[in-house]
Amino acid sequence: MIPLSNYLVVSAILFALGTCGVFMRRNLITILLSIEIMLNAVNLTFVAFGRYAADVNGQIIVFFVITVAAAEAAVGLALVIALFRHRESLNPDAFTSLKW
Amino acid sequence: MLALIPLFPLLGFVINAFFGRRLSQVVSGGLASLVMLASFAVSTMVVWQLAGLPADQRTIEQSLYTWIASDDFNIALTLRVDPLAAVMILVVTGIGSLIHIYSTSYMHDEVDSEYARYFSYLNLFAAFMLILVLGGNFPVLFVGWEGVGLCSYLLIGFWFKKKSASDAGKKAFVVNRIGDYAFILGMLALFTRFGTLDFQRIATIVAPLAPETGFGIISVATLLLFIGATGKSAQIPLYTWLPDAMEGPTPVSALIHAATMVTAGVYMIGRNAVLFSHAPETLAVVAAIGAATALMAGTIGLVQNDIKRVLAYSTVSQLGYMFLAMGVGAFGAGIFHLYTHAFFKACLFLGSGAVIHALHGEQDIRNMGGLKRHLPITYWTFLIASLAIAGVPGLAGFFSKDEILYETFREGHTILWVIGILTSLLTATYMFRLVFLTFHGERRHDAPAPEHPEEQEPVADDDAHRQASDASHRPAKDELHRPATGALHRPAKDALHRPASDAFHHDEHLHDAPPAMALALIVLAIGSVAAGYIGLPHALGGQNSLAGWLRPSFTGAATLTAPEGAAPEAASAGEPETGSAAEAGSLELTLMVTSSIVALLGIGIASFIWLKRRQIADAAAARLSGVYQLLLNKYYVDELYDAAIVHPIRVISTEGLWRGFDVKVVDGAVNGTAAIVSGGAAVLRRLQSGSVRAYAGGLFVGVVLILGYYLWR
Amino acid sequence: MAETFAFYLFSGLTIVASALVIGQRNPMYSVLLLVASFGAMAGLFIQLDAPFVAVVLIIVYAGAIMVLFLFVVMLLNAPQEDALPYDHTHPFRHPVLMRFGGLLAVLLVVQLSYALLRTRDLHVAVAGRSDASVVSSVAELGRVLFERHVFAFEATSILILVAMVGAVVLARRESGQQ
Repeated sequence: MIPLSNYLVVSAILFALGTCGVFMRRNLITILLSIEIMLNAVNLTFVAFGRYAADVNGQIIVFFVITVAAAEAAVGLALVIALFRHRESLNPDAFTSLKW
Repeated sequence: MLALIPLFPLLGFVINAFFGRRLSQVVSGGLASLVMLASFAVSTMVVWQLAGLPADQRTIEQSLYTWIASDDFNIALTLRVDPLAAVMILVVTGIGSLIHIYSTSYMHDEVDSEYARYFSYLNLFAAFMLILVLGGNFPVLFVGWEGVGLCSYLLIGFWFKKKSASDAGKKAFVVNRIGDYAFILGMLALFTRFGTLDFQRIATIVAPLAPETGFGIISVATLLLFIGATGKSAQIPLYTWLPDAMEGPTPVSALIHAATMVTAGVYMIGRNAVLFSHAPETLAVVAAIGAATALMAGTIGLVQNDIKRVLAYSTVSQLGYMFLAMGVGAFGAGIFHLYTHAFFKACLFLGSGAVIHALHGEQDIRNMGGLKRHLPITYWTFLIASLAIAGVPGLAGFFSKDEILYETFREGHTILWVIGILTSLLTATYMFRLVFLTFHGERRHDAPAPEHPEEQEPVADDDAHRQASDASHRPAKDELHRPATGALHRPAKDALHRPASDAFHHDEHLHDAPPAMALALIVLAIGSVAAGYIGLPHALGGQNSLAGWLRPSFTGAATLTAPEGAAPEAASAGEPETGSAAEAGSLELTLMVTSSIVALLGIGIASFIWLKRRQIADAAAARLSGVYQLLLNKYYVDELYDAAIVHPIRVISTEGLWRGFDVKVVDGAVNGTAAIVSGGAAVLRRLQSGSVRAYAGGLFVGVVLILGYYLWR
Repeated sequence: MAETFAFYLFSGLTIVASALVIGQRNPMYSVLLLVASFGAMAGLFIQLDAPFVAVVLIIVYAGAIMVLFLFVVMLLNAPQEDALPYDHTHPFRHPVLMRFGGLLAVLLVVQLSYALLRTRDLHVAVAGRSDASVVSSVAELGRVLFERHVFAFEATSILILVAMVGAVVLARRESGQQ
């Protein structure tokens, strides 16, 4: 029997990895991918807890997370395309027009 | 009915103020005079009614409405007539009417709208003065007090486009204000002590008390009130505004600064006679200041060269007499002198106005002379009034001044009596110097040209627009100007030569006073002779009816409900005790003779010097030039005030309050706030680097911190 | 025994794949590795008696979203991670980032682990409380979804619609722009 905490530790590690990626990568697409990793980690947490509490709501939330992630990915990628068209670069440091 | 007395002039003010522009001179001047005459008629009726009441109930009261009702502070707008107020309203309305009539002719050269403005102010002044004397409690009196101060400012600065006039107006108002401040403090002290500000109630509360020894609260309060009176009535130390007030039109000087406003202080003390009687320390101060002022002003008046200034200092001096009387407890004598002084001083001022009018604006007596031939009415009325003020027996001034001196001597204040006699001598001398220099001899043009450095001559400008060719009231450029506060001699352009040459031509064309002016002069001259007889003292066989009439006012006996104990405690109001009537009578006669001799001596000295041997005056001036300069420059009091008070205040205001506080603290706070915000923003805006990764980094740092915080807890 | 092995296998795969995702220079590799990560995640889900969600994950997430990413990467011809002009090293070697970002991540893990390990109830077996039928039944899932969460369901569908429209608008080529 696998204890719940194992799953949660995995989830934590995945989340930290996602954070790392968001923070450290200089490619917009890779940043988006890191966000997906984080969302994935959260999914794991929900399902694990749902199984633990014998509640089906855990999985239902995962549904919605996946759906919203899809929507967010779509819009995010559209933005990346638009930005790329503008600057020919995917480096977030290239977009600093909002600098004071 | 009492309310009508001030209401008539108030109505005149309203009409002239709002519609004056469209009214012709005849209408606005006539209306103003008419309302004054109406007020006089009502006053006469009221006094007649008053006289019909028994002596210890001579009060008519009318409470118009409750002005302030706040817990235990209740003030009603009460008008009250008692014997003292009766005298005052007759003086104000009677002499006021005459002056209004005189002004219709005197101010004739003004533009219609200015003419109406003048009369509106004059009526307003009369209304306020009447409120002052009819007031039944301190606040109502104070309303009138402030109001006449305001009108004084408006009228002194009537020709406000001339800087010296507007400066003089401001000076009058500010100096008055200092007195008013003390007056308010006095009122507050009285309210604290007595819980009421009604005159009669205060009198009834204070009457059974023993007079204070030392400086108790009554003395403090009355002293503060007296300081207010020094401001209003031009005594030391707040008299400096009165000579400068001669910048205003001459009828204004006659009405306000001779007959009525300046007497408000004397009236106030008379009104509170019972109160003041219980503060002997204050009365001592009053008498001392009165005597000192009388003497000082007399000395200054001796050397002045402007006809109106001599009269102004004469007014200050005579007011000193009135305060001397009040200070020694002779309240009736003080009021008597107020009443006679109103007649002859107004006559003198109006006469000088007629002279100035005839000479088209000339005011320096060194440029006059020989006017006796050309201006007979003016001359004779002026002479009669001068005899009255000098104290020649038989005329009004003699009786009133003599009564003051008698009372002073009788109360034991010998030094004050000596000062009084000395001032009497000076009065006679300077007045007749004025008469002789102005009317006798030959026409001279001795006033030096303005470039003369040795004569530091303060000259008041008046009627400066009366050049025949100049119909507008822009001040003629060719009169000597003088800044109202100091004795700085600003050489004007070639002033006195032009009118001199004009005057040579006009000597033959000098016209005496026109009918309106002459009427006023004649009536006042008659008054100067006859008015004194109601105060004819016992020693000469009279009954001194005035003193008897006034006495209930000063003993608090003239109340609506005559209290039993009040009447017998008659503080002496000018009547000798019946017990020693005989020796009192002979003392009085002796003193009378003394003062007559002094008066005649003064006239004699004046005629000797200025009629026969003018060079003596000039030689004395040259030999005692230090003293002469001191007197000519009014003991440099204005300069002293300027240096000691005005200048430090100015410096403190500029350096301390303006540059120090306003700029550094207030502006500093405002600008500093902005600077702080700006500086803070400059630092904080670096957060907005535009770099998304930096924002993300910040986000995660926050997450870690919050998580850590909750775990730690 | 097998369970434990499976768990460690799948979780290991997931973590390694994710680590590689954020470590790759070429975004295409990153995307593909993420697909692998999702696959392993699906395995974990199956172990948690959530077969339906696992399959959905594969179909929707790995199958659609990741393919979308792939399309975009190929469309943009996303270059290698462009280094700063002065810096030709791998991003992970960037000194400041390495220190700071790595530190953050480590901190996060430490905190979360700390939280987990200190909570007592979590050490029980995840499946020990009840049997799997409540959770794994698709019918049950559907019933709850359409009965209790129907509003969220509808709202989410609208959300997707909006996202689609938004994506089309945002990515549209402006007239006159190459």
